[in-house]
Amino acid sequence: MNMELSRRGFLKVAGVGVAGTSLGAFGFGDLEAAQAAAIRPFKLVNTMETRNTCPYCSVACGIIMYSKGDLRKGENAEIVHIEGDADHPTNRGTLCPKGAALKDFVKAETRLKYPMLRKPGSDKFERISWDQALDRIARLMKDDRDANFIAANNAGVPVNRWTTVGFLAASATTNETAYLTYKVVRSTGIVAFDNQARV
Amino acid sequence: MTNSWTDIRNTDLVVIMGGNAAEAHPCGFKWVTEAKANRGAKLIVVDPRYTRSASVSDFYAPIRQGTDIAFLLGVINYCMLNDKVQWEYVKAFTNATYVVKDGFAYQDGLFTGYDENKRDYDRSTWDYQIGPDGFAVVDETLQNPRCVWNMLKAHVATYTPEMVERICGTPKDKFLKVAQMIAECSTPTKTMTSMYALGWTQHSKGSQNIRCMAMLQLILGNIGVRGGGMNALRGHSNIQGLTDVGLMSNLLPGYMNIPVEKEADFATYMSSRAFKPLRPNQTSYWQNYKKFFVSFQKAMWGDAATAQNDFAYHYLPKLDVPAYDVLRTFELMHQGKVNGYFCQGFNPLLAFPNRQKITESLSKLKWLVTMDPLDTETSRFWENHGVYNNVDTASIKTEVIQLPSTCFAEDFGALTNSGRWLQWHWAGGTPPGEAKRDNWIMAQIHRRLRALYEKEGGPFPDPILGLTWNYADPDEPTAEELAKEMNGYAVETLYDPADPSKVVLEKGKQVVNFSVLRDDGSTACGCWIYSGCFNEAGNNMARRDNSDPDDTGAYPNWTFAWPLNRRILYNRASADVQGKPWDPTRKLIAWDGTKWSGYDVPDIAPNAKPDVVGPFIMNQEGTARLFARGLMREGPFPVHYEPFEAPIANVIAPKIRGNPAARVFQDDLKQFATSEEFPYAATSYRLTEHFHYWTKHNRVNAVLQPEFFVEISEQLAKEKGITPGSWVRVWSKRGEVKAKAVVTKRIKPLMCDGKLVHVVGIPLHWGFMGAARKGWGPNSLTPFVGDANIETPEYKAFLVNIEPTTGPVTS
Amino acid sequence: MEPSPHTAQSNPPVSNVVSNLSERDLVRRSASTIPPPARQLEPVAKLIDVSKCIGCKACQSACIEWNDTSPAIETNVGVYENPHDLTPEMFTLMRFTEWDNPQTGNLEWLIRKDGCMHCEDPGCLKACPAPGAIVQYSNGIVDFVHENCIGCGYCVKGCPFDIPRISKVDHKAYKCTLCSDRVAVGQGPACAKACPTHAISFGTKEDMNKLADSRIKDLKSRGYDNAGLYDPQGVGGTHVMYVLHHNDQPEIYANLPRDPRISPVVNAWKGMAKYVGFAAMGLAAAAGILHSAFVGPNRVTREDEEKAENLVKDNA
Repeated sequence: MNMELSRRGFLKVAGVGVAGTSLGAFGFGDLEAAQAAAIRPFKLVNTMETRNTCPYCSVACGIIMYSKGDLRKGENAEIVHIEGDADHPTNRGTLCPKGAALKDFVKAETRLKYPMLRKPGSDKFERISWDQALDRIARLMKDDRDANFIAANNAGVPVNRWTTVGFLAASATTNETAYLTYKVVRSTGIVAFDNQARV
Repeated sequence: MTNSWTDIRNTDLVVIMGGNAAEAHPCGFKWVTEAKANRGAKLIVVDPRYTRSASVSDFYAPIRQGTDIAFLLGVINYCMLNDKVQWEYVKAFTNATYVVKDGFAYQDGLFTGYDENKRDYDRSTWDYQIGPDGFAVVDETLQNPRCVWNMLKAHVATYTPEMVERICGTPKDKFLKVAQMIAECSTPTKTMTSMYALGWTQHSKGSQNIRCMAMLQLILGNIGVRGGGMNALRGHSNIQGLTDVGLMSNLLPGYMNIPVEKEADFATYMSSRAFKPLRPNQTSYWQNYKKFFVSFQKAMWGDAATAQNDFAYHYLPKLDVPAYDVLRTFELMHQGKVNGYFCQGFNPLLAFPNRQKITESLSKLKWLVTMDPLDTETSRFWENHGVYNNVDTASIKTEVIQLPSTCFAEDFGALTNSGRWLQWHWAGGTPPGEAKRDNWIMAQIHRRLRALYEKEGGPFPDPILGLTWNYADPDEPTAEELAKEMNGYAVETLYDPADPSKVVLEKGKQVVNFSVLRDDGSTACGCWIYSGCFNEAGNNMARRDNSDPDDTGAYPNWTFAWPLNRRILYNRASADVQGKPWDPTRKLIAWDGTKWSGYDVPDIAPNAKPDVVGPFIMNQEGTARLFARGLMREGPFPVHYEPFEAPIANVIAPKIRGNPAARVFQDDLKQFATSEEFPYAATSYRLTEHFHYWTKHNRVNAVLQPEFFVEISEQLAKEKGITPGSWVRVWSKRGEVKAKAVVTKRIKPLMCDGKLVHVVGIPLHWGFMGAARKGWGPNSLTPFVGDANIETPEYKAFLVNIEPTTGPVTS
Repeated sequence: MEPSPHTAQSNPPVSNVVSNLSERDLVRRSASTIPPPARQLEPVAKLIDVSKCIGCKACQSACIEWNDTSPAIETNVGVYENPHDLTPEMFTLMRFTEWDNPQTGNLEWLIRKDGCMHCEDPGCLKACPAPGAIVQYSNGIVDFVHENCIGCGYCVKGCPFDIPRISKVDHKAYKCTLCSDRVAVGQGPACAKACPTHAISFGTKEDMNKLADSRIKDLKSRGYDNAGLYDPQGVGGTHVMYVLHHNDQPEIYANLPRDPRISPVVNAWKGMAKYVGFAAMGLAAAAGILHSAFVGPNRVTREDEEKAENLVKDNA
């Protein structure tokens, strides 16, 4: 928000009252809330705030996610609103049209919920369990690596190279996930390893 | 970025060329509008289209896509001829004075050593003369005709304003206006910033586009100073981080390299990485390479990496080609040589060039695994979506496993922004359904594969079985654990080499930063450039002190910037040879007679004498390079080359098509068109309403820009009988799309070498999944060829044809 | 060094907050007579600096999210405007104009954020026959009270800027509230907070006037001799103002009216309503008169002036 108010002006205009504290200073009582029939109730009341950064471009704007429910208490948390973080030095609370609509990315109808399998030639995905999916992946990897791994070149130099399977890494995962991905992928000898920075 | 987003406020002139910051990075662009509003800064936009960045510019100049080098060499020529040079900076801080080896020459678009069959150079002459003292020969007087400065002057002389107009289509008066505005920044008290992005990288000579501007910025003395710099605006939230951590075919974390086959053992590998200084007393910081490498190996393989086995050197793969980049990988896939593929948060069906080839390639896989929060086109490449994805499903035998991952809102960790800030974030929402964090998914893959090798054995299982996996919950390493591993720790108790009785760091403690790393296996560090991010002081990436002493824009206590929390790279160059800031109002650091100090972490040893040690400490010279030696594949100086598909022949070297050193696969060569067949110069780009192929899944962004369109000039529309809002067919030699036509004054035909060139603009955000209307993107049309150095595809300049049509038939 | 840009003073509250805008701050209420408020809030304003606007539509996005609206996913019709117009679900809209500046020969891409201007003298409110459906607070915010709205559409006719839209779903009028719910707790409107380039600012009208002055000075220094503030006095000034690079030609910005005024028809009718009263005149009758008086969105024409005169004569 670009609230370019002088201190004097701010107090006059805003008169924000946090119940029980500064409220008294402005001389307002609870009665006012009831009278403000025309005004929508402020929708962030009683939400939990969590600080995050926008996952889209590399400006990495600070955001605050407002949720019903608190993950920190082990509760389910549903994000009900996302807004720019006014304390962030880069974006100062602002967001672009993508960032301002992040809530609808989090809650997109096409968010994936379950592991799915498409069998060869099939025209549909079928739901499978995580165990089925992961065991299958490990099996496919192992069989291909065992068959195609190049341990040494013609000169006998160890080259530890696996070229028949590739891994395309993401553009928005954390550094920590990136590092873990690096460890897992490199340890197999995969060389067709790239990320979105390439393109 | 050498600088940061918030530093842009300190500039006097912003040049947006090779990017469109207002649309692609709106909240970073804020600092442009702030510089304009608060310090009278000016904004220049050079682009084939009058973009939203141009709409708030002080000056706009059109340019044909793919001709930026000609334009920029023209500006360098202008500065050299008009004495618009920051001389003290150029002489002391660049290699202008270095004398080039005999034998090196340039003629008709080529440098010495070209082999047409290999499309590559013998680069042995691309270097300095080395004197009897073992150091490079320099001529402080700049009189030697073979010193870099004079060779550059001769090299750029071709690029006169008239030649720039002929190649770029930029009217001479507009070019000269831009050149004049830029040249004003050659004084030590005026700075210019370059904000560029994929408009420069996505060319077959993308690296040289950027290098060209970097050279100009050096000539103006604008590198290392507040409000200056080369500011690459990365396209995604963490491709900076993924690259820093080395997730590329040929990289190790921290910009070290995967060995190649000829580096048969560790000693050979290290022999070309000694990085001996090329001038006396220079830092040449890469001399510490071995410390970073060994510490990485210790982080990876712990006790299995010993001095006896060269710290598990052979656990790393060795490359037989420069890199298995995505173009090579999909070429191999197309040849049936790839069986399995993983796509983690990546949608190559839409994101890679020549979609037909991508579809054919994916169809040849035995299996594909996708991990994504969203239902991507790639994971459904086998599904028929009518005209939008017209595949024969039954004939595609690829097994596809689609894994649901969490998104940012449900995960912890740090992303690295363009300004190299590692910013920690926290999870605030419950993932939908059974979606899982990537850390869990990757851990599961490793654990299950490892279990199979433990049980069944197999070829060289050692790197898998020996992988460090000491996490509290081996099923899901936490972000904190991984961050600490990247920061690095003492494997053994470290003692002071000068006083072995003194303990520097106890075993198991986090290292303070990479300066304490060792090459004897006593330290481990997953990513040396990130070292310092999570040390014994705690998680520095989670710091949230937004104070900014003296409003420099540095925010030194906000999160953590690599390296060493340094906010502006090369900041030593913000001060003159004596260590006094060039511009006292823009002080960064200064020399007080004994040490460097100031607003930023000095990018030089704190006690390095200013008149002795050069500011570019990563280079063996201690200076920046106007002449790149053999480090660029197509030449030590940039040269104008046309895109592989160009509307006119190369004016300066008519026989050369594209970048002579770019790799081209045979099948793709056949699919390059000429301007006789395909007369219009197309380019692809983002729109501000969308992010890549993600936000079409979001109803709000789908509302704001619902449907695929292409943009053409009023002149081309008239010529082709295309009315605004009507359907058009656009096709290249590789495919076709149908789109709505936006007819605009913002694109105008350009006169290039006597030929009227029409530009067709193709935004990229549509596909067949999500909330927005189904459509295509430019990559059904784009050519399968990349930059000569880093293989980024040439998405920004190719040829198409266009005609009116009827809307797609949909069921 | 110039100070850091002004930004949000703070993030929105999440604890129990008390609204500081209430019935007692109303200065006008449609088709009603109310006593003057006991206190006068400092007038507020949103300043839209067209010269800093990059047309990114963050304002539209933030507006949709804050107000929980659901605009339809439309098509591309050859322009950048989407949705194609203001709708009951889209309270603000970037309007794009490609303008060849005849003086410089240069193309200018003029991008104006359209939406309610929160007129000091609001035509919508004056035209509204439904008691309490439109209210004006002493800080200048003009707000619609949907439970009182009868969906007659006269607010649309009364508006010199063609802003309100009637929902086909619930037959009520919708427009920008200036985020009255946010302002009531000391926050600026969602669009102003989101705006990446600070093209939208929010504060006291006095401060916004000062900010506009500094922007106009900067623009004049860059050769925009006719830069100026759009705060049209025909409607008593507005609480949403524009800085325009070409303030001498507001109409080039997607038909921003040069001299917006409330239709004399509305004023005449308003006068009648005041003296005769709704009960006496009959709602239907009043509606009929108004309906015949307007043919489209309000642009005051000579014909309107005549109609107004007739209306006054006939009902005198």
